[in-house]
Amino acid sequence: MPDSLETPVAEEDLLTIAGRTFRSRLLLGTGGFPSLELMAEAIARSGSELVTVALRRVGSGEQHGSLVDVLAQAGVELLPNTAGCHTARDALITARLAREAFATDWIKLEVIGDEDTLLPDAPELLRAAEELVDEGFVVLPYTTDDPVLARRLVDVGCAAVMPLGSPIGSGMGIRNPYNISLIREAVAVPVVLDAGIGTASDAALAMELGCDAVMAASAISRAQDPVRMAGAMRAAVQAGRLARLAGRIPRRRYADASTPDEGLPAFG
Amino acid sequence: MIVLNGEGSDVAAGATVAAVLERLGLALDARGVAVAVDGEVVPRTAWGSFTLGEDARVEVLTAMQGG
Repeated sequence: MPDSLETPVAEEDLLTIAGRTFRSRLLLGTGGFPSLELMAEAIARSGSELVTVALRRVGSGEQHGSLVDVLAQAGVELLPNTAGCHTARDALITARLAREAFATDWIKLEVIGDEDTLLPDAPELLRAAEELVDEGFVVLPYTTDDPVLARRLVDVGCAAVMPLGSPIGSGMGIRNPYNISLIREAVAVPVVLDAGIGTASDAALAMELGCDAVMAASAISRAQDPVRMAGAMRAAVQAGRLARLAGRIPRRRYADASTPDEGLPAFG
Repeated sequence: MIVLNGEGSDVAAGATVAAVLERLGLALDARGVAVAVDGEVVPRTAWGSFTLGEDARVEVLTAMQGG
């Protein structure tokens, strides 16, 4: 089958997380879209099959219409998050509530340690992850780009790891590609690049580094044209995946001509 | 006083979780809704029977857009 934007890279090249398979390697965050209509259109264009949702008090925010109904209509799986939680305790309660609200054991675990950078609180994150795994959750932790912490999270039973490229919503791309590669080598579960994606090339780089999937939220929802950016991200993830599978040439300092020297005429 | 989503309310002690949801205009089969009382999840199956104590802190949450 030819590679195209309309088909997965290859029928057999599926993403598997905790036994569930996905044709798309792009996860989409639902936050930041100006309307549910635009969100639905962007989801369709992105090809994403797994999207994140949050839990907030009834009546807060300016959301109109039913998010859950729109997402059900879109035919996507829900990945509830614990966004805004600062302690393991809050994250545990939020995860249990999410399981109740959305009838899924899957949880994107976020435990934030700093308001300005929204960087994860490593000890609290690890504690919460261990407890949630014990309670039967499929835990996908939002983590730093630290390979050691990623390994610890997998040791306690996380189904995937979601290292940041740079701070949430910063659009700064992947600040430490070396560490992302190390994480890919350090763990045997899917690595989903989360946070920091600013534009399509960032998503392609994540895939080239060996990530199994990319999660994009603000990069799509806050783009000037979210639907068009959703298409760009879809293409970038596929391009990066193809390049990874194809195997790039090694970097070298000097030129290496691909045209042979033999048979070169002399015009002396 | 029973605290509902962070604010004082006139919900009387002894009211069920289901009654609170009704006040908020939520159907009992509403999708994407979850309830915690004093930091513990009240499962959907117990909404009709769980009664609130005098100083219960009730959180009624719903799906919201988020990364």
